[in-house]
Amino acid sequence: MPAPRIIARLDIKGPNVIKGIHLEGLRVVGKPGEMARRYYDQGVDEIIYMDTVASLYRRNNILGVVSEAAREIFVPMTVGGGIRSVDDVVAALRAGADKVALNTAAIARPQLIREIAEALGSQCIVLSVEAKRRPGGGWEALTDNGREHSGRDVIEWVTEAEALGAGEIMITSVDMEGTRKGFDHELLRAVRDRVSIPVIGCGGAGSAEDVIAAVRDDGLDAVACASLFHYGLCPLPDLKDRLAAAGIEVRR
Amino acid sequence: MILVLDYGRGNLFSLGEALRHVGADFEVSGDPARVAAAERIVFPGVGAFGDAMEGLRQRGLVGPLKEAAARGVPILGICVGCQLLLSRGEEFGAHEGLDLIPGTVARLPAPQPGDPEAIRIPNVGWRRLAVRPGAPVLGDLPDGVMMYFVHSYAPMADDPAHVAATIAVNGREIPVAVHRQNIVGVQFHPEKSGPAGLHLLRRFLAFAPAATEASRPARP
Repeated sequence: MPAPRIIARLDIKGPNVIKGIHLEGLRVVGKPGEMARRYYDQGVDEIIYMDTVASLYRRNNILGVVSEAAREIFVPMTVGGGIRSVDDVVAALRAGADKVALNTAAIARPQLIREIAEALGSQCIVLSVEAKRRPGGGWEALTDNGREHSGRDVIEWVTEAEALGAGEIMITSVDMEGTRKGFDHELLRAVRDRVSIPVIGCGGAGSAEDVIAAVRDDGLDAVACASLFHYGLCPLPDLKDRLAAAGIEVRR
Repeated sequence: MILVLDYGRGNLFSLGEALRHVGADFEVSGDPARVAAAERIVFPGVGAFGDAMEGLRQRGLVGPLKEAAARGVPILGICVGCQLLLSRGEEFGAHEGLDLIPGTVARLPAPQPGDPEAIRIPNVGWRRLAVRPGAPVLGDLPDGVMMYFVHSYAPMADDPAHVAATIAVNGREIPVAVHRQNIVGVQFHPEKSGPAGLHLLRRFLAFAPAATEASRPARP
């Protein structure tokens, strides 16, 4: 299998990186600059910055974080949270981001995906989906960092988003997020089987085994981890060692 | 003067930071006169082949770029900048390129169902390069070095001698770096490929192509 990308996800609030459980109960875990630099030095394949409070003020804050990082970090960077227009994407790219993660604004107005794809290319669009299990089966896409319901079925939504020009899908299981109990493998496989673009799994990784299962058994192109690295459950160099020992190609 | 070509089709921020990091003193411009004055050119680009070529035409850059190439100025094409070095592209219909390296920019092969090595298109991620020994700029990268890619098309040079590196995509060896005399193109993003990518940029800054027929100064 091709080398899966191992992505560090930094949820940003003000000057801090925070971490929650089910996207709630947020706790400060460090400073974005120091953490991103450490992960880069350890060989992280990509970094995702997610603004957890998507106001205009906060967005300017997160773009400052990204442009600071871009001076010394030379791996792809994605920024998400509060992206509402082509101009927002242009501002993110000018700040040094390579891609943006879209969720709330795209659900409110799916044509935004097409507008960005036509203006700047699909390669800069990561559709971020916050998926919550429905009691009756399937998953609903949540918005506003897991705070609001959209009523949209996740599998239908990713299908539409791919057709509109999304370049990748990052799927976060709100049910598993922050629990360290492993990914929602059923969800990841359902999305992977439905779309042909790369899929990034997120939410729930608590061990190297969880990551191995997602990339080898679920066939994901990438995983985004937070707790695993932030809390040292499995530091990046150890994770890459474990993946390599499992016969999975990794970048050193 | 090192020129980073700005023709409205690229995110130059990261490339500029990476060049600064390796000590390059450069200028960002899309002025044809600056292309004519450049001693070294970094030629980035994102988006679709035809649209990027149109960006060059609108700014009157096609002629100056070809002249710089003929003068022997070292040129490094990156991503769509690399693609435009070839004769033609097949993305959204047939388009003419700069034709500095004979070949076609063609779509990556699609994955076969059930292939455990399948790569989804667009090919996004870090891929292991097979580097041709002795290739300029890339030649001293360790074999198997990984670089970061985001693309659906690749620079398929006609002449195997113009291929500097390949990657395996869905059962085929696909050219991802091409070269001809003073011209080098890489489909991947050295500015996003960590220490290995920065090393490549350093090597390009030191690249001194051998004098060739094409690089001798033109007589008045």
